[in-house]
Amino acid sequence: MSYKAKFRVWRGESGEGKLEDFTVEVNEGEVVLDIIHRLQATQAPDLAVRWNCKAGKCGSCSVEINGKPRLSCMTRMSTFSEDEVITVTPMRTFPVIKDLVTDVSFNYEKARQIPSFTPPKDVKPGEYRMQQIDVERSQEFRKCIECFMCNNVCHVIRDHDENKQSFAGPRFLMRIAELDMHPYDVADRKDMAQEDHGLGYCNITKCCTEVCPEHIKITDNALIPMKERVVDRKYDPLVWLGNKIFKRSSSKTG
Amino acid sequence: MEIERQQFDVVVIGAGGAGLRAAIEARQQGKRTAILCKSLFGKAHTVMAEGGAAAAMGNVNSDDNWKVHFRDTMRGGKFLNNWRMAELHAKESPDRVWELEAWGALFDRTKDGKISQRNFGGHEYPRLAHVGDRTGLELIRTLQQRVVALQQEDAERTGDPEAYIKVFAEFTVTRLLKDGDAIAGAFGYWRENGTLVVFEAPAVVLATGGIGKSYVVTSNSWEYTGDGHALALLAGAKLINMEFIQFHPTGMVWPPSVRGILVTESVRGDGGVLRNSEGKRFMFDYIPEVFKDKYATTEEEGDRWYTDQANNRRPPELLPRDEVARAINSEVKAGRGSPQGGVFLDVSTRLPAAEIVRRLPSMHHQFKELADVDITKEPMQVGPTCHYIMGGVEVEADTGAAAVPGLFAAGEVSGGMHGSNRLGGNSLSDLLVFGRRAGAGAAAYVDRLATRPKISDEAVEAARQEALAPLERTGENPYELHQELQRSMNELVGIIRTSREVSEALGVVGKLRARAKNVGAAGGRIYNPGWHLALDLRNMLLVSECVARAALIREESRGGHTRDDFPVMSPDWRRKLLVCSASEDGQDVTVEEQVQPAMRDDLIVLFDRDELKKYLTEEELADFDAVAKEAS
Repeated sequence: MSYKAKFRVWRGESGEGKLEDFTVEVNEGEVVLDIIHRLQATQAPDLAVRWNCKAGKCGSCSVEINGKPRLSCMTRMSTFSEDEVITVTPMRTFPVIKDLVTDVSFNYEKARQIPSFTPPKDVKPGEYRMQQIDVERSQEFRKCIECFMCNNVCHVIRDHDENKQSFAGPRFLMRIAELDMHPYDVADRKDMAQEDHGLGYCNITKCCTEVCPEHIKITDNALIPMKERVVDRKYDPLVWLGNKIFKRSSSKTG
Repeated sequence: MEIERQQFDVVVIGAGGAGLRAAIEARQQGKRTAILCKSLFGKAHTVMAEGGAAAAMGNVNSDDNWKVHFRDTMRGGKFLNNWRMAELHAKESPDRVWELEAWGALFDRTKDGKISQRNFGGHEYPRLAHVGDRTGLELIRTLQQRVVALQQEDAERTGDPEAYIKVFAEFTVTRLLKDGDAIAGAFGYWRENGTLVVFEAPAVVLATGGIGKSYVVTSNSWEYTGDGHALALLAGAKLINMEFIQFHPTGMVWPPSVRGILVTESVRGDGGVLRNSEGKRFMFDYIPEVFKDKYATTEEEGDRWYTDQANNRRPPELLPRDEVARAINSEVKAGRGSPQGGVFLDVSTRLPAAEIVRRLPSMHHQFKELADVDITKEPMQVGPTCHYIMGGVEVEADTGAAAVPGLFAAGEVSGGMHGSNRLGGNSLSDLLVFGRRAGAGAAAYVDRLATRPKISDEAVEAARQEALAPLERTGENPYELHQELQRSMNELVGIIRTSREVSEALGVVGKLRARAKNVGAAGGRIYNPGWHLALDLRNMLLVSECVARAALIREESRGGHTRDDFPVMSPDWRRKLLVCSASEDGQDVTVEEQVQPAMRDDLIVLFDRDELKKYLTEEELADFDAVAKEAS
């Protein structure tokens, strides 16, 4: 059952590094993260990799395997042929700290820029009443395990560092959608999505949806509906006219 | 090498449910609070909790209330629980769950729009607030987002989002620092760059979770190396109930690399059944005497219970976890196991495929991706996995205060609440209830202090040397030592224990501790996992020694401690707690017996005499009779 696999792993820190070749044992049923761990235990004790639950629930072990963003704990070795060289590199969109570990602080900064859940002031804890069907839309987005692979793969920032300032990435645009669709949220999030967080940069190529390990339909269910909500506000001629005539405030609509 | 200095009022070590809830409370009480997380913010082991948070809200069955929850908790823990903690937990859980909803959590709903509640092992009524089978993720995300919300408030008020609550991600603490008898701070390192940091703080809350990484087959993530348990011991605090470890009955058994990963109890709560290789629902053969009248004796009655709970008893698949784990262990040992060394857990013949995917989405996903098994079409194979330690830092129930002034603990790292066995769903609610209480306890302690404690240069220097030592040695491989420890604990201090095997384990741990002094780590200080493991080993070995020593002394079987040579539960032992302490250098561990305080009168009368007589001594029963007479 076991065989020797050829691995090429990115090694390096502070902006420099190279791919290193390893030959390493693989046993039945193992995943890529198991092999990285075997490298640590037998050949490269200081090889850095971020991981945690090893069950696809925490979103820590995101890397690129043969160029594709994957959770290494959920990538089974049986999906590769025995003679295939498996290349493991860090996520490209974020600066490398060491080896396979990247500095993902960009994501935490963006998270802090999005205004938090804003319930009406008069609802007390225990008084919330919501129907299952009304919470399901936001619940889908709350399945997110924050592996940040959607932000990693998104071409708006993957090769354009200069866009990072004005674009929150699919993860946090989805967070805005999640709050906008929360039955009790009263904040107005439409202008903010477009103007502060760069929703307009998204041209719905669905790369984020494709890499999502939770199979969240980020583009179809979060980003496109959010774009529609923005468009309703921005380009609806009646709303436009209302704004002109009555200086209508941006209360939550739709 | 420069050592960074940080000043805070309250330092919370650990950023799972308990740590975040404690930090939120300390900040809400106006304290400058640091959260030190071993992983990234939002990745803690709490995300692994699947089933739900137990809280007697009575949304699904209005007969539920705190008294019923209290009784279930005490029963589940075989009456060894700290009854004051069980009382506070049962009373306060509903408020803690509702509060999450006001912070943005989206639980599954009942038809009338309230928070839905599901059945779980040992809970008399549907009680677990849940979101599919990813409740832990919802909890951690909500608390994480609450921390962010507080930072946004602070930014508006002061211009600095981190003025009152700051997160230090990927940060590990190696020592607590003291001024005389009292806590003065903590010492640790950033994983990212290896920088050493001294936190000067009069109050420290430990919320570091458990110890599962001392075992090979475990549902626990890498962080669970008993850090808080060891830090507390080394600082002079005491650990209780360390012999009680919960082996969750259903972990994955195949493929080998995922052995131990959790299969949620909700599978059984939602109708899943356990069968052996002969196709028999074997749990009916394992209903223990103390639970005889509460569980169905036929499959028909058990099946009817799912739709009519008022007129039927629950199926024995929903016995407390210790009972189910032992039963599976026996079936496998008797040669009636599944091909891959577990038993069958089947939901495919019990619910429609779409319903399985809706109710158990992450189980469906996990089996499909990792084991090529479609749980809507075929049974899973499952077996016991090291899941949770009931033992931990001895704390005051109301404040979470440990014996060392300024030290607090909450969540899995604290001991007492769950007695000898924790009920499923009682962990998430424990984190919320006692996280909040420990945060408040720490804030109140800081308010009472006349002067700030000081940290001596000698203490900092000693901590620095200890932390850097593995990098300066070219000794043994820490990974090998870790694997030896895991194998020994699994085999010798596992689900079934004997005096001979536990003694053997103590010998192994002793030798490993000697070898650990020579462990070396190649490479530098930037994100060096070999170095980190070398430091974690100290904690795992110290805690393993406590577990083994206590397991050797307790000559009875109760909850998460089963002695093959003492198979019976003893009322005399119920009155005794085993308390571990260690010398400052961690070299000597001592275990002493301590009397378990008697339950308060108004709480003990909540139980029937018939039930109590299974647990209490004659003398205690006589006391109960006197109390009951007075009450009537």
